[in-house]
Amino acid sequence: MDHLDTLEAESIYILREAYKKLGKLGMLWSIGKDSTVLLWLAKKAFFGYCPFPFIHVDTTYKIPEMIAYRDKVAKELNLDLIVHTNREAIDAGMGPAQGRLVCCKALKTEALQQVVKKYEFDGLIVGVRRDEEGSRSKERVFSERNKNDEWDYSNQPPELWDQFKTDFPKGNHIRVHPLLHWNEVDIWEYILRENIPIIDLYFARDGKRYRSLGCAPCTGQIESNATSVEDIIEELKHTTVSERAGRAQDQEDSYAMQKLRKDGYM
Amino acid sequence: MEKIENIKKVENIDRLKIVVVGHVDHGKSTVIGRLLYDTHSLPQGTIDKVKRIAKETGKPFEYAYLLDAFEEEQKQGITIDTTQIQFQTEQREYVIIDAPGHKEFLKNMISGAANAEAAFLIIDAKEGVQEQSKRHAYILSLIGIKKVYVVLNKMDLVEYSKEVYDSVKKDMGEFLNTLNIKPIDYIPISAYYGENILEKSDKLDWFYGHSVIEAMDCIEKEKGLDKKPLRFPIQDVYKFDDRRIIAGRIEAGTLQVGDEITIYPEGKKTTVKTIEYWADRDKTEIVSAGQSVGITVSDEFFNKRGEVIALEDSKPLVSNSFRASIFWMGKNNLVKNKKYKIKLATREIEGELEEIIKVIDASNLDSSEQVQKITLNDVAEVVITTKEPVAFDQFSQSQVTGRFVIVDGYDVAGGGIITQAEEEKENKELVTFYKGALKARGDVFEEFYYNVEQFTVDKTEVSSNTYTVGDAIPIKGESYKYPKDFDILALRDQVAIQVRDGKINDMIPIQKYQYEGRPLINGRGFAIKVSSKEELKHFLKEYQSLDERREVAFLNKWMRFDTYRFVVFHNNYWVI
Repeated sequence: MDHLDTLEAESIYILREAYKKLGKLGMLWSIGKDSTVLLWLAKKAFFGYCPFPFIHVDTTYKIPEMIAYRDKVAKELNLDLIVHTNREAIDAGMGPAQGRLVCCKALKTEALQQVVKKYEFDGLIVGVRRDEEGSRSKERVFSERNKNDEWDYSNQPPELWDQFKTDFPKGNHIRVHPLLHWNEVDIWEYILRENIPIIDLYFARDGKRYRSLGCAPCTGQIESNATSVEDIIEELKHTTVSERAGRAQDQEDSYAMQKLRKDGYM
Repeated sequence: MEKIENIKKVENIDRLKIVVVGHVDHGKSTVIGRLLYDTHSLPQGTIDKVKRIAKETGKPFEYAYLLDAFEEEQKQGITIDTTQIQFQTEQREYVIIDAPGHKEFLKNMISGAANAEAAFLIIDAKEGVQEQSKRHAYILSLIGIKKVYVVLNKMDLVEYSKEVYDSVKKDMGEFLNTLNIKPIDYIPISAYYGENILEKSDKLDWFYGHSVIEAMDCIEKEKGLDKKPLRFPIQDVYKFDDRRIIAGRIEAGTLQVGDEITIYPEGKKTTVKTIEYWADRDKTEIVSAGQSVGITVSDEFFNKRGEVIALEDSKPLVSNSFRASIFWMGKNNLVKNKKYKIKLATREIEGELEEIIKVIDASNLDSSEQVQKITLNDVAEVVITTKEPVAFDQFSQSQVTGRFVIVDGYDVAGGGIITQAEEEKENKELVTFYKGALKARGDVFEEFYYNVEQFTVDKTEVSSNTYTVGDAIPIKGESYKYPKDFDILALRDQVAIQVRDGKINDMIPIQKYQYEGRPLINGRGFAIKVSSKEELKHFLKEYQSLDERREVAFLNKWMRFDTYRFVVFHNNYWVI
């Protein structure tokens, strides 16, 4: 087995544990490369079926192509898709002009809280990876959130030998991270190997491409001539720029992600 | 030692996982940070961020900040939680696991180390061997990590002295000897100044061994897991369509279509019919260790999570009792006469601490017998019993099926490796009905009490009686009253027991049972809401395809607690 075989087998094991052990389960689907790989792995884990709903937290500020792509894929694959927006905040005028972190908190963290509460999820599958940023690097595979969605990151329970946290008080939920051990290049190598369809925002047009997808006002493009998956892999193997360098909210404060994620951000 | 000129090229495409352990402040995170920096494995953004933080906090740039990502970790200069980071040498790719050195974060150290295939044990050359150096070494030996390098860091503080190196090496060597750990080598370095990390250092010209990177490239990955006896613990059973797919990960050995397999602990035999797949590239007739797979089998048994598929000529051990070496990470002590959840591969079962053979102080190897409890950070040798027989292995024979964790309350609080099976303990708690070879477990005579001291509902388990055809059974207890004529459906064992005039009249396999209008209870004394042949058929069918996820819904739909049972008040807490 090569490293992609190992990563795939581990992720499938994690997905199956989540499905078996967590009552009401949903998968966060952000349209990006990671959640697209996650969807593919779910199809493999459950032999073509996806036995839980997919959730898209729509901030209304997403890059428009993302929404079009979302609707197309959901229709093609007949996904059980929940789209949720924090309407109250939007109606009250929330946007990046109010401050990036304030906006992320309202339109992503709080919107996510609303979905968890509304559908009473016991488990949320999320495609975060350790190599994305510091606070994610410290995550567990099964990571508990209390009923206010908070992460007690300084006192995480032991997690060993693939025996994950499956016991928790009602009202809390578990964030399941099947891609935690993958890195950015692994994701692209897997997309190439499995020939997984992917949104074309990642491919360069006029010398620029998106490396990470998010809300239009806060997501920058990088200089690139990569027009194929092979090109992207080659580019990433030589870059010294970090993946989320184009994500403005990360740069607001040295511990921005830790603070956002403590309160329930993905 | 002779100078080693050529490093053997290791042929492996998969990543090697190495954990870095050792006493607090001996420089674990600094060693890793330095490795990453020197091998250009970090994106510029990460280094800039750390430099910015150093500036903001007015502290010098620390390599450790590259891993200690939490604000608390950077401000206090300690590692709180474990993390993993990848990097590559010219030879291959690695996953480096950073583990905290503080005693209070031992649970996080273990969470990190448990994933590793090899270890670097860092010792501060100036401070020498300390308490956590020893404790971490002990944990490594316990969880089966045999490929260990001892790294003597901060050689700059002792002027790169060979004498200091020799003396620390001797100290640690003596301790490791008693644990049966034979380190591959002792490497002197200075992580802060980058001496002997990437290349050999002029300052350490008396040392003829490898630099850290060279040493890593020499570690061979464990091979041959696919040649070991088959161990395929069932993770789940799916029925999304007309296929009944047994899903799980092959933990050891190889499995092919057509193989005759045995499913333990019960020993049911069948044949592998197909290996299922979704993507065309996964189509295969043979799967082996490490793969997450799904199979169908020829016989429609009632398979469930936790059973282990093996081949008969190399079967696992089966017992409800085993001896184990354990480590305890719980705030509450591990004690006897308390029920814990044991998770062993995919099996989850109620278990108890039967016997404490000895508790060992991992920092000096002193052991004490006659101990009644196991406390935080203790390691111990114990006997564990489980409520029912389980399939397992000695850890030395098969790692995944030879180790387990103990859940106390909501969290994993302990872990252990099985050293041997104990003779099966007679299970006195379960009332057994039998007729010839037909056996059925049942808890129909348990009492339910409302405990007025604790304000909780508890139940007693009535012990040690067995009943066979002709025996009178206690149809009335303090908190239950069954009719004179009724039938018990012991679903777990698939046996029906007919009670007539308060006596056992007959026992038959459930498939042969005919509904004749008599009251029905299950093996726990709950009324089954079935009142026709049709309904019974429906009920049994639903039970056969029952998914644990829907067990509560199933019980709420079909069972009723208060038809024959009720709860009585009780104040003798100790009786319960």
